[in-house]
Amino acid sequence: MRNPDQILAIVFQLTQLLLVVLAAPMLTGWVNLCQAWLQNRTGAGVMQPYRALNKLFHKDAVIADNASWLFRITPYIVFGCMWLAAAIIPIIAVDLPFSRAADVIALVGVFALARMFIALAAMDIGTSFGSMGARREMLVSFLAEPALLMVLFTASLISQSTQLTHIVETFAHHEFVLYPSLAFASVAFVMVLLAENARIPVDNPSTHLELTMIHEAMILEYSARHLALIEWAASLKLFAYISIGIALFLPHGIVGVGNWSGLPLAVGLLLAKMMLAGAGLAVLEAMMAKMRIFRAPEFLGTAFLLAVLGLLIHFLLGA
Amino acid sequence: MIDLQLLALLATPLAGGIVLAIFGSRPWAAEINSVVSGCTFIISVLLAINIVDTGPQTAFKEQFFIDQFNVFLVALTAFVAFTTSLFSRPYMRIEQHHGKLSTSMLHLYYSMYQLFTFTMLVALTTNNMGIIWVAMEAATLTTVLLVSLYRTPASLEAAWKYFILCGVGIALALFGTILLYFAAERVLGNGGGALLWTHLNEVKGELEPTVLKLAFVFLLVGYGTKIGLVPLHSWLPDAHAEGPTPVSAVLSGLLLNVALCAVMRSKVLVDGSLENHFAGNLMMGFGLLSVAVAALFLSRQKDIKRMFAYSSIEHMGLITFAFGMGSKVATFAALLHMTMHSLTKSAIFFAVGHAVQKTGTQQMEHIRGLMQVSPTVGWGLMLGTLAILGMPPFGVFSSEFLIITTAMHDYPWTTPILLIALGIAFAAIFGRVQPMVFGQTTAQPLPHSPALLPVFIHLLLVLVLGLYMPPFLADWYRQAAALLS
Amino acid sequence: MQIPLILQFVNLLASLLLLLVFAMLAQRRILSLINLFAWQGGILALSTFIVAYSTDQHHLYYSAGLTLVLKVLLLPWLLHRLVRKLKIRWEVETLINIPTTMLAGIALVIFSFNLAAPIAELAQGITRGLIGIALACVLISLLMMLTRRKAVTQVVAFLSLENSLFFAATSATQGMPLIVEFGIALDVLVATFIFGIFFFQIRETFDSLDIAHMEKLKDDNA
Repeated sequence: MRNPDQILAIVFQLTQLLLVVLAAPMLTGWVNLCQAWLQNRTGAGVMQPYRALNKLFHKDAVIADNASWLFRITPYIVFGCMWLAAAIIPIIAVDLPFSRAADVIALVGVFALARMFIALAAMDIGTSFGSMGARREMLVSFLAEPALLMVLFTASLISQSTQLTHIVETFAHHEFVLYPSLAFASVAFVMVLLAENARIPVDNPSTHLELTMIHEAMILEYSARHLALIEWAASLKLFAYISIGIALFLPHGIVGVGNWSGLPLAVGLLLAKMMLAGAGLAVLEAMMAKMRIFRAPEFLGTAFLLAVLGLLIHFLLGA
Repeated sequence: MIDLQLLALLATPLAGGIVLAIFGSRPWAAEINSVVSGCTFIISVLLAINIVDTGPQTAFKEQFFIDQFNVFLVALTAFVAFTTSLFSRPYMRIEQHHGKLSTSMLHLYYSMYQLFTFTMLVALTTNNMGIIWVAMEAATLTTVLLVSLYRTPASLEAAWKYFILCGVGIALALFGTILLYFAAERVLGNGGGALLWTHLNEVKGELEPTVLKLAFVFLLVGYGTKIGLVPLHSWLPDAHAEGPTPVSAVLSGLLLNVALCAVMRSKVLVDGSLENHFAGNLMMGFGLLSVAVAALFLSRQKDIKRMFAYSSIEHMGLITFAFGMGSKVATFAALLHMTMHSLTKSAIFFAVGHAVQKTGTQQMEHIRGLMQVSPTVGWGLMLGTLAILGMPPFGVFSSEFLIITTAMHDYPWTTPILLIALGIAFAAIFGRVQPMVFGQTTAQPLPHSPALLPVFIHLLLVLVLGLYMPPFLADWYRQAAALLS
Repeated sequence: MQIPLILQFVNLLASLLLLLVFAMLAQRRILSLINLFAWQGGILALSTFIVAYSTDQHHLYYSAGLTLVLKVLLLPWLLHRLVRKLKIRWEVETLINIPTTMLAGIALVIFSFNLAAPIAELAQGITRGLIGIALACVLISLLMMLTRRKAVTQVVAFLSLENSLFFAATSATQGMPLIVEFGIALDVLVATFIFGIFFFQIRETFDSLDIAHMEKLKDDNA
């Protein structure tokens, strides 16, 4: 029953697994580099996140006295969740063994699990910043999650399946159709992506200004390898989100069932798309200003609205 | 022949408007205004005689269509516009003398007055459902600056409300028109013919009922805003109270009729397509609601013009209700009531205008003893009030009587509502007007003698029509009613 | 059931139009609102042009041109000029509650889609669903008029209402007769001029363009 194709598929799946975890910091590095360029600075290069991770892994971890096991275990859980998410999203081929598990609702659940742990850990040590960050994070995600689900539902309704592989299959390998509903969904998705990945305008990953920070406030107590894992997980999360975006809105080039010859092209296209997405993200962030935290609900409400509009338009226009 | 008459009918007010736009500030502008309106009236009479003789006709490549129904409204419009222009000549001079109006405001008034007449005549005579919309919107545009003519805060507010609300309403009517065209296109094909009422009327049985149903709702709500149907009426009392009295008179007496005409044109199509009483029921509902709500509001008014504005809402509701009932008798009664209301209400506004000028206030509690200062104004107001309240032997009595007996026959459950509403209205209006006319006075004599001739002409007509309906007129109404039901 | 690509593009533009109406509903700044209005006009002109091209109706080219000149260039220019002259460039509207308004907007969309559903079934190909979107735009513009408290923004809402109606006319019925469209365009233009006159009159009288000053006429104290 094991034909060569399946073995090949397993090999490719393992490759993706490794590739993703190794390449994710590079994406973060690329975004930072683009931002540096936009601010007329010479960036630190795309390898900078690796150097930072390396440094952190070689330090001794300091943990608060009153921290429980929850605090210690969270980095591993978060990292694991993000790795899993990034690994199962079909980014180069749909016919991989793990891709079958890439159900969009399950993905949202995986993200939620990680978020829950990180928020709990932030409150665990009992510093005021930790609880504040956790509270804000829950506020943002409480608003972002429905919007994300609506976006995913729009795509699911079009392809009649919540499987990402199915969605990619429908969009990439059938007759080209303009989907107005997806146009809305894509804008909403970008907004959710900004919010969920702690980017401007909802959060700013590069400051520790106490009044504004969300994500950084939660991980303030982490150091050394724990911090490294969390930073790495953040990179993976960004990678995963961009992968979902690509799978939903730009899946052209991802190879279909039994078409391994297109793989090199698929990898090349993926690289190009990732670079484009990273540069786009940097430009987007450069154009916007950080919003007050009280405006975040409005921002995410708009995202939700757009996603719902997309859904409605799908029902009305059938496209 | 018809082309020529129609051209003259439309060109006269248009040319008058242009001439007055240039010379409107001259001292003889008021006379020009009256002469132009007079000419329009004479032409409309000639046109009416022609149509009554020959039956419905189209003109200018079917772009215009005249039948007994709209030619009757044309004649009525031209007549009231003419008498109002006669009334406004001394009235506006007095306002100017009181320092309420400047020459440039009068300039605006005269030119807009003629353009307003022009837009109403276009709306009445056009055969194109789209042009009806354009003309109705233009009618709003020409009157909105007249409502704010005094530039007082209250008048500006009234005009803004009028503009926005009627703009919204008329936009809904445009959506209705688009839906109508959407339905028509499927039968008549794309192109100019698909909005012509005569063409639509021929194929009304084939028009898609679901679309027409929706279209009619939009058209009724849209034009209903202009008619002043509750709950879309809130602009009407403000605009009537704050605008100059001649403008109130033409708004009440004419514009509301024109909007109702547009609704009736749509109703004929919808009835043909739906073959049920949907449109009629809707109109009856709106009409009944307007009568009831307006009657309740009447008793709370303190401003005399506002009060009579609510009375207009009440009567338009009654007319809409009668049209909604849809039988020939009911339509006949509605047409008759339309005539009576136009004549009586404009007469009342003329009298009210002079009463307000004499006392310097629109608050009813400060207007007292008109009979002592000027018996003509006092009697004019009193008789007009009696007429509008449906006292015999005035014509309003016969038309209201006809409407109520028809309602009693066809829809008995509506009769108590109508009777109670009319009773409340009677008590409210009569109770207010009586002390204004009789009693001790505070009023001042006026610098110019008031023009009360139009008041008495109108009231005389209403009286005569109430006592004796000439056979040719009855015939005419009957033909018009037959066209609509 | 797949429709030609060019008509899918009309669908896309229709959705964009809906998006823009929502953006206008949420926009607090006057200048941005006017710019959004200009964009709306642009999309309208483009969609009219595409419908004209795909159905080969020459009179629609004229109305596309008319839209471009009137609603993309002339009216926004006039409004900008007015805003500059009235010195209200930076005014913002603080009273609107955006989330609630948005929810109401969504409810309106659902309502109009429902209302238009039987009609959408009747229409062939191109017009499927467009009436629903147009109706939604109309109703949301109405909502915008209700929620606004400044004279200028109310007028922009009015013009947006007009645009939505125009969209309904061109895409759902492939264009009203030309004479009607010209009449409508003329009315809109005159209305804008009159609105302009009004702005100055209102400001002269009330020292502000806030409609809140203009709610004195009530039935009780009039």
